Amino acid sequence: MNKEQNTNAESFEQCLKCTVCTVYCPMVAVNPDYPGPKQAGPDGERYRLKNPVFYDDALDLCLNCKRCEVACPSNVKIGDIIQSARLKYSSKKPKLRDFILANTDIMGTMASTMAPVVNFTLGLKPVKAVMDGVLAVDHHRTFPKYAGQRFETWFKRYALKKQEEYTKKVSYFHGCYANYNNPKLAKDFVKIMNAIGYGVNLLEKEKCCGVALISNGFKNQAIKQANLNLGSIRKAVGRGEPILTTSSTCTFTMRDEYAHILELDNSDVRSSIALATKFIFELVDAGKVKLVFKDDYRKRIAYHTPCHMEKLGWAIYSTSLVKMIPGVDFNMLDSQCCGIAGTYGFKKEHYEDSQKIGESLFRQIRDLNLDMVATDCETCKWQIEMSTGVQVENPISIIADALDVEATQKANR
Amino acid sequence: MSKEYDVIIVGGGATGAGTARDCAMRGLKTLLLERHDLSAGATGRNHGLLHSGARYAVTDQESAEECIRENMILRKVARHCVEETDGLFITLPEDDLGFQSTFVDACRRAGINAEAIDPKEAIRLEPSVNKNLIGAVKVPDGAVDPFRLTMANVLDARLHGAEVLTYHEVTAVVKEGDRVVGVEVYDVHTKEKKTLRSRLVINAGGIWGHHIAELAGATVNMFPAKGALLIFGHRVNNLVINRCRKPADADILVPGDTICLIGTTSSRLPYDQIDDMKVTADEVDLLLREGEKLAPELAYTRILRAYAGVRPLVAADNDPSGRSISRGIVCLDHETRDGIPGFITITGGKLMTYRLMAEWATDLACKKLGVDKPCQTADIPLPGSDITEEDRYASGSDLGGKAARGRHGSRSVEIKHKDRYDESLVCECEGVSIAEVNYAIDTLDAKNITNLRRRTRLGMGTCQGELCACRAAGLLSKANGCARKSVEDLATFMNERWKGMFPVSWGDTLSEAQFTSWIYEGVCGLDAFDKKEE
Repeated sequence: MNKEQNTNAESFEQCLKCTVCTVYCPMVAVNPDYPGPKQAGPDGERYRLKNPVFYDDALDLCLNCKRCEVACPSNVKIGDIIQSARLKYSSKKPKLRDFILANTDIMGTMASTMAPVVNFTLGLKPVKAVMDGVLAVDHHRTFPKYAGQRFETWFKRYALKKQEEYTKKVSYFHGCYANYNNPKLAKDFVKIMNAIGYGVNLLEKEKCCGVALISNGFKNQAIKQANLNLGSIRKAVGRGEPILTTSSTCTFTMRDEYAHILELDNSDVRSSIALATKFIFELVDAGKVKLVFKDDYRKRIAYHTPCHMEKLGWAIYSTSLVKMIPGVDFNMLDSQCCGIAGTYGFKKEHYEDSQKIGESLFRQIRDLNLDMVATDCETCKWQIEMSTGVQVENPISIIADALDVEATQKANR
Repeated sequence: MSKEYDVIIVGGGATGAGTARDCAMRGLKTLLLERHDLSAGATGRNHGLLHSGARYAVTDQESAEECIRENMILRKVARHCVEETDGLFITLPEDDLGFQSTFVDACRRAGINAEAIDPKEAIRLEPSVNKNLIGAVKVPDGAVDPFRLTMANVLDARLHGAEVLTYHEVTAVVKEGDRVVGVEVYDVHTKEKKTLRSRLVINAGGIWGHHIAELAGATVNMFPAKGALLIFGHRVNNLVINRCRKPADADILVPGDTICLIGTTSSRLPYDQIDDMKVTADEVDLLLREGEKLAPELAYTRILRAYAGVRPLVAADNDPSGRSISRGIVCLDHETRDGIPGFITITGGKLMTYRLMAEWATDLACKKLGVDKPCQTADIPLPGSDITEEDRYASGSDLGGKAARGRHGSRSVEIKHKDRYDESLVCECEGVSIAEVNYAIDTLDAKNITNLRRRTRLGMGTCQGELCACRAAGLLSKANGCARKSVEDLATFMNERWKGMFPVSWGDTLSEAQFTSWIYEGVCGLDAFDKKEE
């Protein structure tokens, strides 16, 4: 009898019913209608295999934060089981609202051309009331502002040429947020990479990673976009370039969800996809590059660990980088979900749960009297800014602001 | 000594319960006695296969015909105990494909709707089936839950006036001259003995009927045949998968409720070992080896437990050596056979034919008692059966409610989920709520955790009692008012769960058992309680 007989590392049957996942589930803590990851995942799967009517619509409440998977001592892919069950069994058709929220690309393209109008309109009370009433997007939410000029446009116009000066190259997957809403983040990334002696290439073609499509039930479209991204990524990897990102969720989606939920083989490129902070930290740690910071940078900063960052296990890279800045008074927030979970918290039916989940985090942030919160996820940023009034920045932007670019360039020449 | 019954039935398996129902429906004053719990013997230790009869078509036409008739009847009268899954008889490359036409012809002759289908179609219908198959025949096999079936018969017997006593062991058959006039019983709970009188005693003790017959002074030559089975952690298949060849070991994979099971082996067993059967390593190996040929996925599927049942095979009266053993129904009139009036034995047969066996026994009893009423058990649905398949599996969000409807059919309206407390799950793997447990305690005579398991599936899931057993013990102690008894009960139950896990204790099953023992012994101190008791 060998050890593997009658076991399957990919199976829900590795669950030993210890229930620690349910203890760590942010939704269980605030909403008793959610059966919890153990019952929604491995327990429920047995029943769904018996008869699909045992699919429970309460699975819609899952945030897909994957904190259950981090907690599981038996390595059961609980969150994946739940996501796959939703895609396979849910009878609910995605609504127009879900389509709008899921298609970050289309919305971004339309909105950034008319940014001032869109930003103004989305902020208007009557418009918010219509969105709340007709589309069921909660009126408390403020849509992230759209930038007038997309990052891609800026890059091609002002930065592309300069990249030819570098022999060492990385590819950058900017994602929707850095492209449409916060080009400064992407520009900051280019600024740091150039300062440490790396040129930046964009991918040949890039679409939204698909995380919002997956969570809103658009599996086929998600597969289409994932295949397009993987194609571009393969070309970059072929040139010997790592693919860097500035969003923990895009990174996690392309590394794990593509394989686990969309069932695409990404094993050839998975290890080449990394968060920029990880890449930079490892270079610094190996003594291959040096970062020189401004003398007068003084900030009291706390780091919030996004759920998908917790799942990646990479918070240590971002925090270590921020801690390198001499003038930073660093605080670590308790690792917990902020409640937004991408497009989840935008939905009217989830608003209340969303805020309840984040409440203790918001309190901790308010009590710390911070200059800003650092985090690697854009939706965490919106949630924390809306709920605490404290400014939130990506560690890359913080590094870029604190960096003495000239001195760094010199040190890495 | 008080009242006299028309008939006392000994044995609370499917046959005894079915006989009690039939007798009560024909107006007889009926008492059913069981020494342990309902369906604690062979009834609860088989495949749970709703045979189409196809398995016997080639070798035993009569059994095949009985099976298909009863199969169709149970779909009608015991809807909530049955899953109409259909089944496949597959031919693998090492089997003789020529057998298939013999098989299909024999099925058709027996009235079984068997249809040879393209192997590709078989894979489409049942994706878990061995992809190397070279032939497939579709038959109306299904799954039947023997616990529910027996319980439903008992419930209906009661509704028709029968009395039912579990944990009452027959210690002697009372005779006046040659005539049997009653039995002496030992009440396991009160530890008292009493004599109960009746005009007829029907021995429906299955393999244990050998002993009951002896008490009456009759000899029934029984040959215990042990059959071992393995339960897997989830449903790998949704259609029953059989091998299309002469019946052999481990060639049926049945999907039953949330699990699937492979079986069986067949080996002779000395009569003195029928109460202490252990599944051997060789049997486990055989079941796995053969099972994987039906559905290769079994090799990667967790095994929950192993168990064995014993078939009550009866030798023909003219052959005491037991060479010509029949699997058919044996109904013995001991008055004509042995000169013992007032005593009838109903045995042989199989779970599938329990109703027919009950009909035969009741027909004979009625003849003896001069009652002229026809059998109606094939036409009148059992309690709970009055539910459409759509209602039985209607969607909704609460797992406990949905699972209970699947288990108790229309009777589930009595399981009242009034608030969140009632809805809370006792058994998380099988979706058994507090309300369902209380229903089983109040209405279905569940006196201990093992009884609850048979009434509800509590403790039958992946964790094998790890999370639910202590909760169930708590609810029982509330109902019984005795915490000490519940703790003993808990220890017994956990040991019984371990007994089934032991033969397959490797991989996740071993980890689970280890974790369970850590909870119950390490955290709850159950073993400390045991030691104090000693």
